[in-house]
Amino acid sequence: MLRSDAFRDPVIVEKLKEKIWAASTRSIKIMEFCGTHTHAVHRFGIRGLLPTTIEMFSGPGCPVCVTDTADIDYAVALSRIPDVIVTTFGDLLKVPGSRESLLLSRASGARVEMVYSPLDALKFASDNPSYRVVFLGIGFETTAPAVAASIVEAERSGLGNYSVFSMHKLTPPAMRAILDFHEIALDAILCPGHVSVVTGWKAWRFLPDYHHIAAAVAGFEPVDILRGITEIVRQCEEDKPRIANAYPRSVTREGNGAAQEMMERVFETGHASWRGLGKIPMSGLKIRDGYGLHDATRLFDVEVPESSSPEGCHCGEVIRGVLAPNGCPLFRSVCTPAHPVGPCMVSTEGSCAAYYLYG
Amino acid sequence: MDEKIVLLGHGSGGGLSHELIEGLFVRYFANPLLLPLEDATVFRFPQGRIAFTTDSYVVKPLFFPGGDIGRLAVCGTVNDLSMRGAQPLYLSAGFIIEEGFPVSDLERIVASMATAAKEAGVSIVCGDTKVVERRAADGLYINTAGVGVVAEGISVSIRNAKPGDAVIVSGTMGDHGVCVLSQRKSLHFRSPLQSDAAPLNGLARAVLEASGEVHAMRDPTRGGLATTLKEIATGSSVGIEVEEEQIPVSDAVRGACEMLGLDHLYLANEGKLVAVVAASDASSVLEAMRQDPHGRDASLIGRITADHPAMVTIRNPFGARRILEMLASDQFPRIC
Amino acid sequence: MHMCLAVPALITKIDGTMAEATLSGNETSVNVLFTPGVKVGDYVIMHAGYAIGIMSSSEAQETFDLLDEMTGEDAEE
Repeated sequence: MLRSDAFRDPVIVEKLKEKIWAASTRSIKIMEFCGTHTHAVHRFGIRGLLPTTIEMFSGPGCPVCVTDTADIDYAVALSRIPDVIVTTFGDLLKVPGSRESLLLSRASGARVEMVYSPLDALKFASDNPSYRVVFLGIGFETTAPAVAASIVEAERSGLGNYSVFSMHKLTPPAMRAILDFHEIALDAILCPGHVSVVTGWKAWRFLPDYHHIAAAVAGFEPVDILRGITEIVRQCEEDKPRIANAYPRSVTREGNGAAQEMMERVFETGHASWRGLGKIPMSGLKIRDGYGLHDATRLFDVEVPESSSPEGCHCGEVIRGVLAPNGCPLFRSVCTPAHPVGPCMVSTEGSCAAYYLYG
Repeated sequence: MDEKIVLLGHGSGGGLSHELIEGLFVRYFANPLLLPLEDATVFRFPQGRIAFTTDSYVVKPLFFPGGDIGRLAVCGTVNDLSMRGAQPLYLSAGFIIEEGFPVSDLERIVASMATAAKEAGVSIVCGDTKVVERRAADGLYINTAGVGVVAEGISVSIRNAKPGDAVIVSGTMGDHGVCVLSQRKSLHFRSPLQSDAAPLNGLARAVLEASGEVHAMRDPTRGGLATTLKEIATGSSVGIEVEEEQIPVSDAVRGACEMLGLDHLYLANEGKLVAVVAASDASSVLEAMRQDPHGRDASLIGRITADHPAMVTIRNPFGARRILEMLASDQFPRIC
Repeated sequence: MHMCLAVPALITKIDGTMAEATLSGNETSVNVLFTPGVKVGDYVIMHAGYAIGIMSSSEAQETFDLLDEMTGEDAEE
């Protein structure tokens, strides 16, 4: 009953669809914040199930997409250091830097290893004592606790050759930035389900309370997404914005205390640069002084020439939801998964990749 | 042969080479065409057109549940010939071995190739062995080339699909891909899945006997079903529309895909085929396939259409239709 | 790899902070540091090698009941 298939039941999907069609009278604009939601919406053809009163926009919740080119360049520079092994989630490999991607660096002889977990990176460090192993920390609140735990474990087991380059970012500041830019008159936000498992749904209180917009936390199966949209439609029709938990089997009000504590222990909040959103105060996670020995930025002094964004790339606007992928002049003609110009086409969660793959 | 590991000398053409060839390859591949060990094997060819193909195998790891690099090397080439409607006859086998490779592993692989050849009813009639120094190759690479005969009147090609044709798949998708991935230590998951590597000439023959209008056949190896469908759509300048629910997939593959964030439509299969046949023959082809041990789960998954040429669309269980695109590259290297 | 990709997996064995989990017959290891109260037989949400939460079957059941109610003939409107 907890397995995914139950939440893909076509009968329930059909019923939710009918409910949405019956209830939706006003035009509303919903932003699905999280990249995995964007991917799921496309993969399951959710847009095709919705009435024309509902318009969906993709938000900046794709960690790879919002990573600054300068950070990619730094990671590539690290990989070029002879005794360094860079460990990373697969998605980051093909993102073009100013000069090259990690994949190209690897093809030229750099040691870059794809991992599924920071635990694997720790293993690389303990298996290769003569190398310095750097883990590229990207991801929001869903992933940050695991990376924090790896730093604590490295400290505990004396793995002096393990460090993390933290590019971790926080979700609420990005949401606030999007709303403050006010480029789209959003009526609602579909909140990220797995970030909420960690933060608790209380993290999104500011949406109805401060911005007067509807919000629902949703999971990633078709039934979950449609349930979230159903809640949002109801709130908008009644003009009673609140935060609804449409993913109660996984999300609680308070979230995961142990994970939050771990994040707090290892990281402190600082300013961060987001591709497409610019510099957002208190939106990034930096490794605390106490764990400085495992902070790659303090350990490695590399020359990184001036970073430049790819010519003609509109990822910034796609990330903010103001441009649909097929509105970008490079989409499909120049920028394709085989030859990506920007990260939105590279990342499995990027809007452009989703559009390209699923139409 | 006495050695426990393969030495550089085994590839140099001298006494050690002969020991290896006679002690291992000839012993397992034994057939009258191979035995003379000439520079080239000469044989008569039956009437008809010649089908000729080659493939190299670099799968890692070399051994996995349900198969090994040797089995893949024989089945892969047998299948490529079969997909053109050819009866596969003779194979060549070239080996590039890293110095230090355990002879016992080589023997296992060669024995497996002999078994696969026997299953397929083909003979390995010529070969080559090279040994390179340590670290100049990763264990073992195999190349096989194969010839077969295509009878008159048979015209099976990815350029022949016609609007209205039925698209049939012979069984569950993604088994080989997931099985090999489960053997990669870096992914930390253990699966009950076995590779589906198998020779499909029998199944292909059953399809051709059940219908005089078999327009295209292809085995969905690297890139999976989605890539193969796209190749057919592009090759024939037609559109293809498939139903997600009709595509057979095992629970274990579904679960593994969920865990790794993969899509079974893009994972390799080594014992499955896609057949495009005239709509009126769909039922008889399905019935014939289901009688074959490699086609028990055969399923009608969609249609060829004149709409949206070169585009493949897939309808999900909720009625939404979306495009099925080709991937830029495999996420995981060395699956076959 | 999806950054929010987290799948429900069934815990079959626990040993300290490491556990074994299955998903449709596939087995994997998961670190349960963040789910200290987890028990064999629980479903956890797995992400990047860690369990980030325990799924509630009672909430799941409630979800289905609610959906039945929401989408039934007499849905409130």
